[in-house]
Amino acid sequence: MRGPAFLEKLEVAFPGAVLGTALDVIDPWVEVAAARIVDVCRWLKQSSDSRFDSLECITAIDWFETDPKKASKVSWQPHTELVYHLWSTVSRVSLVLKVKLPRWKDDLPGQLPEVGSVACVWRTADWHEREVYDLSGIEFTGHPDLRRILCPEDWEGYPLRKDYQMPLDYHGIRAK
Amino acid sequence: MAPLIDDDPRIIEFDVRTDEMLVNMGPQHPSTHGVLRLVLRTDGEVVSELEPHIGYLHRCAEKIGENLTARQWIPYTDRMDYLAAMNMNLGWALVVEKLMRHEVSEKARHLRVLITELGRISSHLVGMGAYGLDLGTFSPFLYAFREREKILDLFEETCGARLTYSYITVGGLTADLPPGWLEKCESFLDQFEPVIQEYHALLTTNAIFIKRTAGIGVLSREMAIDYGCSGPVLRGSGVDQDLRRDGESIYTGMYDGYAFEVAVEKNGHYPRDHAYPAVPVDAVLGDCWHRFFVRMLEVVQSIDLVRQAMDRYAACKGPLGEPLKLMEKIPAGDAYLETECPKGQMGFYLVSDGSAIPWRARARSSSFSNLSVVHELCRGCLIADVPAIVGSLDIVMGEIDR
Repeated sequence: MRGPAFLEKLEVAFPGAVLGTALDVIDPWVEVAAARIVDVCRWLKQSSDSRFDSLECITAIDWFETDPKKASKVSWQPHTELVYHLWSTVSRVSLVLKVKLPRWKDDLPGQLPEVGSVACVWRTADWHEREVYDLSGIEFTGHPDLRRILCPEDWEGYPLRKDYQMPLDYHGIRAK
Repeated sequence: MAPLIDDDPRIIEFDVRTDEMLVNMGPQHPSTHGVLRLVLRTDGEVVSELEPHIGYLHRCAEKIGENLTARQWIPYTDRMDYLAAMNMNLGWALVVEKLMRHEVSEKARHLRVLITELGRISSHLVGMGAYGLDLGTFSPFLYAFREREKILDLFEETCGARLTYSYITVGGLTADLPPGWLEKCESFLDQFEPVIQEYHALLTTNAIFIKRTAGIGVLSREMAIDYGCSGPVLRGSGVDQDLRRDGESIYTGMYDGYAFEVAVEKNGHYPRDHAYPAVPVDAVLGDCWHRFFVRMLEVVQSIDLVRQAMDRYAACKGPLGEPLKLMEKIPAGDAYLETECPKGQMGFYLVSDGSAIPWRARARSSSFSNLSVVHELCRGCLIADVPAIVGSLDIVMGEIDR
């Protein structure tokens, strides 16, 4: 990836949308403001020189330490991170976008954080976002059909969150 | 002719419409390749809508990955694509090595190519045999399993397991090849190579097979990319992409010095296609037949790669190298890597906080994305074509549900 030159173009196209970058790590990434992610993605697919026409993966990472002893030592504040791995089948380059979200909307436990859905940009995102919603509990606004995909529809909680408690009973099936 | 009145039987006759019906297929349906459930909305014999329901095999592999060390997670990757477990092991091993900036020995590198290409052959054999089953012919399945059995025997000699190997591991491989293994592999390849003509006679050029697959389930190039399809599904639509050639350097470096041509149609021709059956006139690029044919070509390609790897491996002197310790700490950071598995591009994403246990272990499944396009392919097809289309995607549910 032609890192700095590409970043410059992105910043010109979307002033203020780039919140942070890391170019000297193994997989260089760009952090994008949550409110702008859909526009940035559409631009990356349609207008940028590289034409990132393929979305490979969406991952949610829950940055939350359940152990209070360890939590006092970590350098970050609790948050959720969305990672988008893009790929261009034309120029064969990859790009990593990151979006930071609060763990809960307005810090109210139970209120899922919201971010715009990129299913209108890449159809891959349809199922990937459903999976992230299902397992990590992130609400994708504008998603055509946001339902659980791997867990049953009446499942409670979001298993890939660090503070998830495994249910002891599901329809009479004991877990322990 | 008398004028029509309301209760004239002729009016009723012309007013006949078929009711739409919901048909449930699976999750125990034999041709849905595992526990996949499809709900079809049908109008007579025509499918108007199709919706896949997945998750029956969900085992929280990613959550488990957050509670084990990186090397301890290797057996869980076996159980994703259990038909090509060697290739799954490699994907995770490479992404951990990428984050650790660890390089395996030259000998281990060639042995990995050798093993994963054999894995590709065995996976494509199941894909081919099971596809015959989907279309109602039983014999190719037996032929395919006869040869696959020999590959499993070879794998069993390397690591003791026949399905879930955990042979390729972080930092290398768990053991070197036993004495005499290369000769056995060589004699298998010599015996296997001519047999492929039998497969072409049984399926590829079979008139019924062509009728059932040519022009069915056409996936356009744009749609394939838009849905994130990969592997033979993507190449069957004419997209020239194979991560063994186009991927990241840590993966393509494994194939440095190897000669192979990506199995994709260019200007109406497949590489070296004079040796293979001609593309039938009814076949359209991106249909079930092409996806099947790409797999068949990749079997030949893999035989060639295995031969090259055997020569290189045999020429390597020195030790294989020890794999990393079970509790080895991983430097903080994140790394993502996709490898070209038989089913498509399998991605692993590793986030580490500096301890031995990954903070997040993510598996991006190729079958997951390949399956997500199925409702587009099945819209407007006949019910009998649904197994043909699903089978041509060659999905494995262990990888989709994880």
